[in-house]
Amino acid sequence: MTVADLGPNPLAQGLERLPVAPTNLVIFGATGDLARRKLLPAVYNLAHEGALPGRFNLIGVSRGELAHEEYREIAAESIRTFSRTPPDESVLAGLLDELRYVSGAFNEAATYEALAAALAELDAAAGEPMARAFYLSTAPEFFAVIVDALGVAGLARSEQVDVRAVIEKPFGTSLAEARELNGQVLSVFSESQIFRIDHYLGKETVQNMLAFRFANGMFEPLWNRNYIAHVQITAAEDIGIGSRAGYYDHAGALRDLVQNHMLQLLTLLCMEPPVTFAADAVRDEKVKVLHSIRTPAPDELAAMSVRAQYAAGDSGGESVVGYLEEEGVPSDSHTETYAALRLEVDNWRWAGVPFYLRTGKRLARKVTEIAVTLRPVPHLAFEQDGSIGVRPNQLVLTMQPNEGVSLSLGAKIPGTRMRIRPVNMEFLYGTAFLSQSPEAYERLILDAMRGEATLFTRNDEVEAQWRICDPIVSQWAADAVPLPQYPAGTQGPVEADALLLDGHQWRAI
Amino acid sequence: MPAVNDTVWAAQDTTPAVIEAALRELLLERHNESDGYVPARVLNLICIVERQWSGEIANRLRRVGRYHPSRTIVCAVSEGRRTIDAVASIAADATPVGRQHVLTHETVILDLGPGHLEHLETIVDPLVVTDLTTVVWAPHGHWQAVEALRGLSQCVLLDSLEDPDVAGALRRAQALLAERYVVDLAWLRSTPWRERIATVFDQPAQRHRLGEIAGIRIRNVAESGAAALLLCGWLTSRLGWPQGQLTRDGHGRALGAMGEVQVELESVHQDVPGLGGITIEFRDASELSLDRGPGGLAAISRDAQGGERRWKLLGASRGEGGILGEGIRQSLLRDPTYREALNAAAGMLT
Repeated sequence: MTVADLGPNPLAQGLERLPVAPTNLVIFGATGDLARRKLLPAVYNLAHEGALPGRFNLIGVSRGELAHEEYREIAAESIRTFSRTPPDESVLAGLLDELRYVSGAFNEAATYEALAAALAELDAAAGEPMARAFYLSTAPEFFAVIVDALGVAGLARSEQVDVRAVIEKPFGTSLAEARELNGQVLSVFSESQIFRIDHYLGKETVQNMLAFRFANGMFEPLWNRNYIAHVQITAAEDIGIGSRAGYYDHAGALRDLVQNHMLQLLTLLCMEPPVTFAADAVRDEKVKVLHSIRTPAPDELAAMSVRAQYAAGDSGGESVVGYLEEEGVPSDSHTETYAALRLEVDNWRWAGVPFYLRTGKRLARKVTEIAVTLRPVPHLAFEQDGSIGVRPNQLVLTMQPNEGVSLSLGAKIPGTRMRIRPVNMEFLYGTAFLSQSPEAYERLILDAMRGEATLFTRNDEVEAQWRICDPIVSQWAADAVPLPQYPAGTQGPVEADALLLDGHQWRAI
Repeated sequence: MPAVNDTVWAAQDTTPAVIEAALRELLLERHNESDGYVPARVLNLICIVERQWSGEIANRLRRVGRYHPSRTIVCAVSEGRRTIDAVASIAADATPVGRQHVLTHETVILDLGPGHLEHLETIVDPLVVTDLTTVVWAPHGHWQAVEALRGLSQCVLLDSLEDPDVAGALRRAQALLAERYVVDLAWLRSTPWRERIATVFDQPAQRHRLGEIAGIRIRNVAESGAAALLLCGWLTSRLGWPQGQLTRDGHGRALGAMGEVQVELESVHQDVPGLGGITIEFRDASELSLDRGPGGLAAISRDAQGGERRWKLLGASRGEGGILGEGIRQSLLRDPTYREALNAAAGMLT
């Protein structure tokens, strides 16, 4: 029997953890917050579970002058502090044993010469060239710089192994920037080498939306304009901006959550069934949804978007300051901490159904959910007195904190009269599965090393997201008036009610 | 699972109908206490044990952590007993705060006599949660009870290492597999090895070497022959090799892609049951070894000229509690390669 006779690796069949090619993972921004809090713990957890490639090396690149040993100590401390699994010291030692650190500025050729030397040394130790994954976990202004330098140093392509670049968000802060960055990145790497992270897509809860929609026949017949009255997508946080004033005051709620995470939820909710779950089959369908959302015209913006800032109030029983009083925030800031939009998906399935998106800081509680409200029944034969009465069914998909599905139904109140009130049929994912969900970054790092791109954002997808948000961002930036305020710990600004059509109401946060 | 609070009911000389009503009452009581208590609904585990050793089994189940079954029914069998005593409890590992949900797990301990086992299905049926997968585990060998629960259960959990007769253990697994799904902890002990071996040969440059295997040496604890045989059966079945043969002293051969493959099972001493290592030899005299070590498997590759490379395949030991937990989790999945591996392993001993 020849290898060709064997076809795909016969030993991989039936395994839960599929093999990953030997890989050198290079983290740019290796001493940064994201690397310490998320990436290093995620890599450790993959090692703990035995999910890393058989041969694997980690290289940190950052500007700080550190010896290998000093960076190993930083990495060990980060993993001990932030890992979801208590570290097994022998696994941790094994992971950090060969950890390398390359110190240098991202725009200096010497940095990449040192990196190339480290990679060559690790390849030689392995006796074979290993795949390379460059994880850009730096400030966004360095993305193009690093990509360009990797190209110049000859590290972006290889005849023998796969080379991939993982790029963190934000991918641009406007459509023009996203296009420019795509152009720069695609001049060095091919699209198949690029993995743009939106860590929301790595969450089990978000992936469950695909299972919910396409593994259950009962919802599909209802999943259209004939039965659905409106959809609300909410990503509410009860906390303020904390120590992130520097980032947040430049970004704002729309860039921070709507342009990426919330539009991802919308596309997963609205997309047509893909032919397969291959990366491009899924992403093709998501992009079609984004293309179905009209670019807002300037004269439409006031009617379809609302922004606001939190004012002082009470949150969790404690008095908290308003956004403009937060440390590091300019007292005349026009950055929104709350954004709400009304969008329409103009295609055969969804025409006429309003999609309400809202996100904000310092709201009443932390919740991420999608509420799908069905059209009311056409005729009511029930008594309406003395009860809440019949309400349209509402299907709520909760992403956090209690991941689950809830369906509101009308039920008869026990007694001699035919009175109805809504009750909930609830399903919590946590009650039905034994496994602990991995951190989003664990899944995404593993997928990137395997070259599996389904859960990453494609170039046309990120530009299509910006095409929708760009006019709003631009107008809000140009319109430097004091923003509406909402007291911290509440449902958000009353101005958001103006977005709602036909007697619709916001769900209580 | 360490519970912080329990709701408990107990009765002597009782009936399944009374126990089932008590369980419903307990669930309602818990819900009335706080609607933050949410019953887990994953699977039923029916565990048949010798009463005198039931404490040890309870300890093993406590160590499975998050893989705890949502409803556990322990049938503790003691000689001479003719009536049924029962203790039912609902345990939570926290108290709900605010909108937080806290999962609860139900446990029913039945004190039974050997005479109850033949009709165990009629006793246990009212106590399982309908529509959930029901798993049977008889760690002390109450196979009569496993048979009695054939219609009620969809999966049998077993550990072929616990039977000193390896051939008999594999034959039993084959027989059970004919009617239900089987999760054999001996098979799960080989999972990290199978994953790592698959990884080694996944690269195109290494794939051709699958056709050049000349020998397989598997090192295992003496009492863990079933795990070694299943690993061997997996390799031979995945590679499409015709039936191999193995003598009782662990020597044998199989027919590989390029001719005969020597197969050796060697006993090693180690603190934990299961596999200790594997060496795969190739026709050009090169070889690859994987051996259990701290923090993962130590890999050594030796080429035909004597050159050597060493590296480590990282992974934390799961421990016995982890393997049992994995067994419970696997009862909700289906491994399409187990049946072929089991048949190949059993076939090597005939």
